[in-house]
Amino acid sequence: MRKIDCVDITEAVAELVKDANVFLPDDVLKALKQGEREEESPVGKDIFRQIIKNNEIARNERMPICQDTGMAVVFVEIGNEIYIEGDLEKAINDGVRKGYQEGYLRKSIVNNPLKRVNTGDNTPAVIHCKLVRGEHLKITAAPKGGGSENMSIVKMLKPADGKEGVRRLVLETVLTAGANPCPPIIVGVGLGGSFEKAALLAKEALLRSLDDRNPDPDIASFEDSLLEEINKLGIGPQGLGGTKTALAVKINTFPCHIASLPVAININCHVARHKVIVL
Amino acid sequence: MELKTPLKDNVLERLKVGDKVFLNGVIYTARDAAHARLVELLKKGEETPFPLEGQVIYYVGPTPSKPGQVIGSAGPTTSYRMDPFAPLLLKNGLKGMIGKGARSEEVRESIKKFRAVYFAAVGGAAALISRSIKKAEVIAYPELGPEAVRKIEVQNFPVIVINDIYGNDLYEKGIRNYQKLEL
Repeated sequence: MRKIDCVDITEAVAELVKDANVFLPDDVLKALKQGEREEESPVGKDIFRQIIKNNEIARNERMPICQDTGMAVVFVEIGNEIYIEGDLEKAINDGVRKGYQEGYLRKSIVNNPLKRVNTGDNTPAVIHCKLVRGEHLKITAAPKGGGSENMSIVKMLKPADGKEGVRRLVLETVLTAGANPCPPIIVGVGLGGSFEKAALLAKEALLRSLDDRNPDPDIASFEDSLLEEINKLGIGPQGLGGTKTALAVKINTFPCHIASLPVAININCHVARHKVIVL
Repeated sequence: MELKTPLKDNVLERLKVGDKVFLNGVIYTARDAAHARLVELLKKGEETPFPLEGQVIYYVGPTPSKPGQVIGSAGPTTSYRMDPFAPLLLKNGLKGMIGKGARSEEVRESIKKFRAVYFAAVGGAAALISRSIKKAEVIAYPELGPEAVRKIEVQNFPVIVINDIYGNDLYEKGIRNYQKLEL
């Protein structure tokens, strides 16, 4: 059985949060460049140019892309054939603390939702663990900003609401959000499961590559049609009007109860950060 | 056009939604927690940490500056969270706000009534925007960390007029121009 030391996990998490906040994934950069070419509004095109330039500055000067360096959401896939020596949760939080300090990242977490005192080190992280077969430890860090997270929702629809109900909810949510979540956005949709499972599916959908194709052809075409319709809403880059409100729609599904149709919509701004390491 | 702070009435009369403005001079940063404190002071009739008359507040919580940097990344945060506080600040002489996203009906009415302006900066363009900030100093509530009030000096800070004194709204106008699907 392979042993993984907590010190290595802490180091890995620190590097992940630092890098994720400075370097945008290639698929997102590619989508931004495509957006700049396709946007019909001159103001919107100019916004795309500023966003692209901002990413270049961040990369060259090792500065955070956005001042909101997020809550650290960390996904861990634990192979059943490894042995972690020490406290995994503590190791991850130590990594977040180290990375946010060393990387000059903003500390945006308050200790209690009502008392609201800043914890000063951006901990605790939100950690999702999954036990899988194998001899590896896969860590994904996805720092998530408050502006786009605030525009996200979970709703329990009736089975009779069907696809049309889901379509309407997605379009209404994006329209209501308007300029708030910093469009161009990426829309993660969790469809099915239970109340909490839907939310997790939506968050996981945001981790998918923007270039991928949903293996379910019906869902793939639903993603396409929703993207097309969202871009007809006219919100545009930064909500100033335009034809590119979203860069992608990603739907993850799960079986659900005969009585339910859970839908979660997790919105990501154009600073769609995530980075993976496999130990 | 280029504008210098503090903002005067004759300048505000010229501003129209959609105008691209380059701001110069001193502005102040404040977001959620600082707004709550400013409003508490005003309600008690006490003095605010900076004079509001003619001033501009930028809704931002920057990242920490690296050694040698004036400020870290410093893009706008979403403005609606400051909506419960903005009307009282406007009533007390605040003339400009910089953030992103639509304002409440009440704030838009106050912008008209007290003759002020709401600008948007590009959300998420935080490294780029930091280049327009030439000086920065925490002047109140350091214990709030990123939410402390900073006095900053900006040079050609690019913003766009969203709400003017005439009651217009660029977000509404922008969407109307490109909307091909009504819900």
